[in-house]
Amino acid sequence: MLLSKLRQALICLLAGKVTLSYPAKPRPPEEGFRGYPEVDVNKCIGCGACAAVCPARLIKIEDVDQTTRRMTRLLERCVFCGRCAEVCPEDAITMSKQFELTSDQARQDLTHVCEVFMATCKRCGRCYEPATPLDRIMEPGFRHDQIDRGGDRCPYPELRAPDSESPSTDEHDEHDEHLDEPVSAQVAQVVEAK
Amino acid sequence: MLKKLCKKAFFKSLWIYHTNTGACNGCDIELIDVLTPYYDAERFGMKLVGSPRHADVLVCCGPVTRQVVPALKRLYEAVPDPKLVIAVGSCASGGGIWYDSYNIVGGVDVVLPVDYYIPGCPPRPEAILHGVAMALGLVEKQVEAEGLRQLPDRPETVPMDVPEHRGRK
Repeated sequence: MLLSKLRQALICLLAGKVTLSYPAKPRPPEEGFRGYPEVDVNKCIGCGACAAVCPARLIKIEDVDQTTRRMTRLLERCVFCGRCAEVCPEDAITMSKQFELTSDQARQDLTHVCEVFMATCKRCGRCYEPATPLDRIMEPGFRHDQIDRGGDRCPYPELRAPDSESPSTDEHDEHDEHLDEPVSAQVAQVVEAK
Repeated sequence: MLKKLCKKAFFKSLWIYHTNTGACNGCDIELIDVLTPYYDAERFGMKLVGSPRHADVLVCCGPVTRQVVPALKRLYEAVPDPKLVIAVGSCASGGGIWYDSYNIVGGVDVVLPVDYYIPGCPPRPEAILHGVAMALGLVEKQVEAEGLRQLPDRPETVPMDVPEHRGRK
């Protein structure tokens, strides 16, 4: 009886301390862990690919005015699947290792709002949106010097102002080639809402 | 004031009653994981109890289904004051990927006042420990309201008529 107790005590002592001292000491997650998705708003072009693939549909995109696109992320219901980071054409989203997301006001603390400066279609006055979802993902972004020419690929031809001259087809193609040329150049300005 | 009172009331123990409001069991398993010797939440006096009447904290996992709403309300009333509600997982804190499903009313905060939200799908055991430690005032909040300009005022939550529970009160 006593011997068995002593044996148990010996086993317990030999095992040492197994409990993590987590809140006292940090414990970084293992490789490949997907935590809080961090958005580099200077890289974001507002294409909306992340919103298209998000399973929780937590990214709300609205055009505030003709040149501003506001992206609201309600990260309280994010499932950290990482599809937005996977699909982002500019690698603006990275899944960080941050997992300590406890908050007492989830809606306030875990809502991320960023505003992206967009080009405006000259004819219909909307923010620039390519025709198909595939084009939307492939869209390289807008350059400063291309903003003036924006509108040639406007997907709403019926909304074009009737008094504006409709460009001939040759011109149209030229413009398109110019637009496709430089991919590396970065978007216009991006403003993070503060 | 309520927070100070809670701090005082929960100085030594945080007995939890675990309820599944429609979860996939992922968060439940992580929560049980937290109670194992490896993570050992009992260091903080956290203890799983079998009845809401013994509990200080109601830990909810999962999106709130229509079926579970009356039961959850009764459960909340059964927990003696002062009490805390902790929502574990993305589903409990905001509805998760089911937020607009036909049988889901949303996160736990649609039905009960939630004190702490622990998002994650499922949250790591460390994240749950962090949440518990935050409830005890041991650690600081890591996320801050930043980059905010205009908050959407619950745009996704559809108001629903939830039937009152039948049977005994």
